[in-house]
Amino acid sequence: MVSLTRLYDVLVIGGGNAALCAAITAREAGASVLLIEWAPKAFRGGNTRHTRNLRAMHSEPTSVLTESYLEDEYWDDLKRVTGNNTNEELARITIRETEGSLPWLEERGVRFQPSLTGTLNLSRTNAFFLGGGKSLVNALFNHAERIGVEVLYDTEATDLIIDDGFVREVKIVNKGFPATVRAKAVVASSGGFQANIEWLKEYWGAPAENFLIRGTPYAKGRVLRSLLDQGVHQIGDPTQCHAIGIDARAPKFDGGIASRLDSVPFSVMLNQNGDRFYDEGEDVWPKRYAIWGRLIAQQPDQIGYSIVDSKAEKLFMPSVFPAYRADSIRELASLLGLDPDKVEKTISEYNAAVQPGVFDSSKLDGCTTTGITPPKTNWAQKIDTAPFLAYPLRPGITFTYLGVKVDDRARVLMANNEPTANLYASGEIMAGNILSKGYLAGFGMSIGTVFGRIAGREAARSVLN
Amino acid sequence: MSSINLVDLAEDNLRDEARRAMEVCNACRYCEGYCAVFPAMEMRREFSDGDLDYLANLCHNCQGCYQSCQYAPPHPFGINVPKAFAELRLQTYADYAWPQPMAKFFDRNGTLVTLLTALCVAGVIIALMLIQDAKVVFASHVGPGAFYKVIPWGVMTAFAGATFLFAILSLVMSFRNFWRASQRPATDIVRPRTLARAMHDIFTLKYLGGGGHGCNDVSDQFSMRRRYYHHFTFYGFMLCFAATSVATIYDHVLGLQAPYAFFSLPVMLGTIGGIGLVIGPVGLIWIKIISDPAPLSKKMIGGDYALLMLLLLISVTGLLLLGLRETGAMGILLAIHLGFVLAFFIAIPYSKMVHGLYRSAALIRYALERQEESEAHAAAQGKPKVKAA
Repeated sequence: MVSLTRLYDVLVIGGGNAALCAAITAREAGASVLLIEWAPKAFRGGNTRHTRNLRAMHSEPTSVLTESYLEDEYWDDLKRVTGNNTNEELARITIRETEGSLPWLEERGVRFQPSLTGTLNLSRTNAFFLGGGKSLVNALFNHAERIGVEVLYDTEATDLIIDDGFVREVKIVNKGFPATVRAKAVVASSGGFQANIEWLKEYWGAPAENFLIRGTPYAKGRVLRSLLDQGVHQIGDPTQCHAIGIDARAPKFDGGIASRLDSVPFSVMLNQNGDRFYDEGEDVWPKRYAIWGRLIAQQPDQIGYSIVDSKAEKLFMPSVFPAYRADSIRELASLLGLDPDKVEKTISEYNAAVQPGVFDSSKLDGCTTTGITPPKTNWAQKIDTAPFLAYPLRPGITFTYLGVKVDDRARVLMANNEPTANLYASGEIMAGNILSKGYLAGFGMSIGTVFGRIAGREAARSVLN
Repeated sequence: MSSINLVDLAEDNLRDEARRAMEVCNACRYCEGYCAVFPAMEMRREFSDGDLDYLANLCHNCQGCYQSCQYAPPHPFGINVPKAFAELRLQTYADYAWPQPMAKFFDRNGTLVTLLTALCVAGVIIALMLIQDAKVVFASHVGPGAFYKVIPWGVMTAFAGATFLFAILSLVMSFRNFWRASQRPATDIVRPRTLARAMHDIFTLKYLGGGGHGCNDVSDQFSMRRRYYHHFTFYGFMLCFAATSVATIYDHVLGLQAPYAFFSLPVMLGTIGGIGLVIGPVGLIWIKIISDPAPLSKKMIGGDYALLMLLLLISVTGLLLLGLRETGAMGILLAIHLGFVLAFFIAIPYSKMVHGLYRSAALIRYALERQEESEAHAAAQGKPKVKAA
């Protein structure tokens, strides 16, 4: 029975993978653990609900991973996406610990499967959760409750009262009622602040109103704000986040994977003015999809339109919302509310610039344009075969990188780099220590699992000694 | 504005709701490791009514995809594939029923199967009392032909034969209707390789395995219970059927009249099968009672209970009959048991029993599609495959 008058050994704030890994580890070490999750049970699990895999180091094939993926290659991959701007110590800890994470999760009921269709590029490096992240969340909550972790849903942490580097108590709102929880140690695994549009506007201004949030609406950054306001060491660029281009018709929050659109490399991308604004065929889509959120965010009204003709329709995954369809470019432009003259002009200029070549959707085919800016450097085919199709795209924010600084024991550091006495962090709230920019598929789950386990272990150790 | 319909659709639009779910699923695909439905879905970008009927019957209702769905209610997408498919399956049972007027039987299947059962049991008892002296009914009979002293052999055989043969005819016609919707030649059914694969999937209930982990039969936790209870039910039923067949041979070919000794082949088969047919239905009923109701179809569940109870009553009365066959209770027990069996034979084509028929047809079609896909893939080797992020 959860009791709010009780002094728990460890309080875990959050309900995603990082929180669950921390809670389970602390409980298995013998600590009494209370986990508070803001979402109601149906929406528990934070952004983990929408994830699908974890990037794991391995020296030989595992139950679901092929070949091997060693520390140095993993590290090189991370260096490349972050532009070498990462904390090598924490990054290498994460990489090394992922090897044991897979069996650790399996022992606690998480099921894996070989990589999904269309993600063969990840079959060696990323272990996919059978049924996706919600299935992992279910397994870990079941395990946590079985071993005696106490769980409160519908419970928001609003403030941590820190006194000289020591968390005295945590203010919560439980099903609408304010209350206080006390614990000897606290693990903050409450995510980023991407669902807090007002906060995003501090950095992005009004355009943030047009951002769609791909994941949980409960990542408002309340705990992060509370910590930063009390002199905890801030880390990460507040404008940095994982942002992709998603279907503009997706719900404001929680659209998840289904709102993804893969049409961009085989299309022409137009902005609200009917102009092209970036090379759609710069590289293969798995390497480029994560730049389009930012690109679209910089366009007027934060919207872009991916235009293809019927030749290209079957080259990408089906979309959840049907394409706008018309028999002429002018008609299509009208459907989209764009200037038909302008769109027709842009498309005919593009068509005139397309060079002959052998189209091949599976590789950089060198089918390019000449004489237009920006060029399209691969998969440039004329848009000339009706019906014409269009998909509207907006920036879709996955998670923000602004966070709290931690050390190798997941202890949260104060601004003077002194560790706090009893505060630990795991997951998106501290991912900025390792991910300053860019993204590596499945790496968020790696950080969450590894630092969740470290935070749980260290929190339990500190209170049980 | 083109957008998907997010509103729950009315009952007459079961296929629209299933189609909407498949369109969301096909953009997500996280569930492809669970069962055959999702790989079959991924072979398509558009879903005709026939495709949806096929996918709905390919679904084994393991509920894995519901419990792991990030778009399950109360999410605005409100995706509930097991429920949408269960409701569509029930509709397909009606749509492919033969003769067509019998489709109505699926409207209130639980009530009607129960009513039919009650009428058959009452009917057999009343008929017995009318044609037979009460002294004969309540006397104890032993030795060869004991059962036939109560209910004449000819009457028993005529009713059993007529109802069973009609059931076979009806099932064959329904199968034919269902297969026609696939627009494939009937010869496709008997291609040895794909038929063998389908038979394996049917007889092992592979897709109640959730990719090897079991069903989410009662909650978001995995379990093999449902699969095992179904095996008890199915193989128990088959053993009972074998017992009847062997007994028929004993009688007609060898001239040995029932009742047979406890350790004789028909009685052993029937006893073991009967026990399976107690354990299985009890387990399946129990799982239905305690399971998460969200992914279940309320319309389907009445028929499920009716059939499971009928099977259970057949096995329980059969075992009771075995235990009490040398007492004066034999006559009335025989009438009750045969009443249940008669109801079952009549109900076969118009009850949940048909799920086996359509699911088998769907698995045969799936085996064909998978074979064709791998052949096409092999033929296209070296040819580019579309990649997605």
